[in-house]
Amino acid sequence: MKQLNYIKLEFPARSVNEGFARAAAAAFAAQMDPTMEELGDIKTAVSEAVTNAIVHAYPDTVGVVQLRLRALEGDTLEILVRDRGRGIPDVKKAMEPMYSTGGEERSGMGFTIMGSFMDGLKVRSAVGRGTSVTMRKRIRAKAGA
Amino acid sequence: MKVLSSYEDGRLTLYFQGELDHHEAAAALRRIGRTMDDYMPRDCVIDMEGLTFMDSSGIALILKVSRLMSEIGGRAWVENAKNQPLKVIDASGIDRMIKISTAVKQ
Repeated sequence: MKQLNYIKLEFPARSVNEGFARAAAAAFAAQMDPTMEELGDIKTAVSEAVTNAIVHAYPDTVGVVQLRLRALEGDTLEILVRDRGRGIPDVKKAMEPMYSTGGEERSGMGFTIMGSFMDGLKVRSAVGRGTSVTMRKRIRAKAGA
Repeated sequence: MKVLSSYEDGRLTLYFQGELDHHEAAAALRRIGRTMDDYMPRDCVIDMEGLTFMDSSGIALILKVSRLMSEIGGRAWVENAKNQPLKVIDASGIDRMIKISTAVKQ
């Protein structure tokens, strides 16, 4: 799909940046004229992916999280969240509902919600080299538009 | 995010306001734990009318409140969930474990 526009951000893996990341994603997505529900879906998925990177990728250090958004032809938004942290040994297991190695403020529902709110979800990870989470969301045409 | 509370006749109501994510969840959990220690309520209502956003950290918080209430022989439920927070609740399936009311107060 042809790329129409993009942004790239990187920030330290500090939890205070979770709100900034989802607000930036919503601001970029606004050019595609999403509904409030679609905007909520995008913010939720970005919050989940960025939080996973902050909580799991860098347990002992403050590494870097990259966020890239692309507006593609066909009213499609692509979101990439990338870290260069410790990686996920078993991606399939990590994506099971209620599976979590985080603290009591994590529910293990992050990937379930990303998959439910997006139209596409792909996770690649290598132990010691990091994780990339790529999501796609089709912005539907509004009735009467 | 703010967590306000009121207590009457054995019922503690927690009012969630603003945006609830992982960054806010740990501090909110500590505040809620202290409030429960103070009142030892019979019932706990999580009122989400003022909540504009939550991710799965909100699910963890709801389940934790439910577990804390079970430990002291009480029960917890959610009221006034709507829009984005309600969609996250629906996607998580926690309505099988805890009562979720979506009716907005009159």
